Amino acid sequence: MIVHSIFFYFFSVIAIFSSLMVITSRSTINSVFFLILDFISVGCLFIMVGAEFLGMILLIVYVGAVAVLFLFVVMMLNVAEQKQSWFIGKKSTHIPTGLIVSVLILLELLVVVGGWKYKEDVMSSSTLILSDISNTHQLGLVMYTDYILYFQLAGIVLLLAMIGAILLTFRERVGVKKQSYINQISRTPSTSVELKQVKSYQGVKIDD
Amino acid sequence: MEYLQILGQEIYKIIFILIPILVSVAMIVWLDRRVWGLVQKRRGPNVVGPFGLFQTLADALKYIFKEIIIPASANKVVFILAPIVTMTLALVAWAVIPMSEDLVLANINVGVLYLFAVSSLGVYGIIMGGWASNSKYPFLGAIRSAAQMVSYEVSIGIIIINVLLCVGSLNLNDIVLAQKQLWYVIPLFPMFVIFFISALAETNRPPFDLPEAEAELVAGYQTEYSGMMYAMFWLGEYANILLMCAMGSILFLGGWLPIMDIYPFNIIPAPIWMILKILFLFLLFALIKAIVPRYRYDQLMRLGWKIFLPFSLLYLVLTASFLFYFDKLPKVNF
Repeated sequence: MIVHSIFFYFFSVIAIFSSLMVITSRSTINSVFFLILDFISVGCLFIMVGAEFLGMILLIVYVGAVAVLFLFVVMMLNVAEQKQSWFIGKKSTHIPTGLIVSVLILLELLVVVGGWKYKEDVMSSSTLILSDISNTHQLGLVMYTDYILYFQLAGIVLLLAMIGAILLTFRERVGVKKQSYINQISRTPSTSVELKQVKSYQGVKIDD
Repeated sequence: MEYLQILGQEIYKIIFILIPILVSVAMIVWLDRRVWGLVQKRRGPNVVGPFGLFQTLADALKYIFKEIIIPASANKVVFILAPIVTMTLALVAWAVIPMSEDLVLANINVGVLYLFAVSSLGVYGIIMGGWASNSKYPFLGAIRSAAQMVSYEVSIGIIIINVLLCVGSLNLNDIVLAQKQLWYVIPLFPMFVIFFISALAETNRPPFDLPEAEAELVAGYQTEYSGMMYAMFWLGEYANILLMCAMGSILFLGGWLPIMDIYPFNIIPAPIWMILKILFLFLLFALIKAIVPRYRYDQLMRLGWKIFLPFSLLYLVLTASFLFYFDKLPKVNF
């Protein structure tokens, strides 16, 4: 048990430290790297409590895809080092917004943690807590039976977001030459090669 | 005290996994160059040791004694971290690869997801190396490579789901055991082909080696690296290729199972079968490097997003409906 708690404190200290570094570090690139470290240590915490599926999905989705995009954007935009004007000197406009969001998140967390006490009353559905089946199966059994509607709705919302993002950034480009594989492959010698008689000192005119 | 004992045993096991992998990486580099040479009617490396077998070791020795040059304008920490990340990730994934039913370091429930997660983290080494070099060619190479790896990961993910539908478990040993009657390469042959091509793209192998296309980008993301740091990138790359071969043989070629469960085949021990299958896939990798010309970048993206992704999704629907209609969905007994 003592080993378990050593690992727990190890990962949680790293998680808290790196999330502090995300908001305080001056260089944006370093912020992104610390964010990645944060994701990884939270993933390890998930695995430690036995939610191995969630931990791995966190690694795949957030570290493997989302953080890569963050890193990409930050590197491409070449964001200069942040002056620490958010806290000192110039009055910042970000702090009120940030405060509102964080207070809302705190309230939500309180509701969730408080609600845990009344879990027996709230959760009437058949939540499976059997230790001999893996939590991937448990998750599947709950998600695709009791919560299938919400699952599908979430999928549709994501699809809409994707279509919206494509629509917002789509612009039709004119004058772009496109390669048509079928036309290229279906060419035959009879349609594409032509024998021309070239007379001396006259050259030849090729149409088009 | 008991815990320390367990820890000691685990470290012992880890060393006995790492050393064979590092040695086989060296051998596989030799094999790669040798096959490449034979296809082009050259001899390939044949001087150092018998058949040139020690060529890679000689190269590695040379790299160790070379000076490591860090560019003046580079971001030093990230620059040094990049090859370490690449190599660590390439080696750490081997923890879950089963060489036989019980010859595996960690037989975890979510083995496939672990493999997929680690291979999707591999892109960081390349991005970090390319960005930290603070130079044009490495940066362009890193951008190309990141875009390429992220897009091919999507189709690999869907191919893995295809296999998982037939197995009903995320455990790698279960996946191997489920292929006792029939290797998945037969019913899922199109998926095997797509997995193989995506693995080529995921490991930046020719014909998809655009991140290090010599004619355009010198050596891509590793242009500024020298000495041992370059060697680490290179080791990580080959360890990743081996890993992809191992993944392909577990998912489609029945892992450590013999080709048929009859007399002359089933006396050969399981790890040998696994190694043979990995070698078979690696030979395909090496042959393709020698015979296929490099893709253009837009062709690569088109292939990934417009052909592989829709096709593997379609095949996923097909597999699911087949399994459902014939009532062959894997049963999980609770």
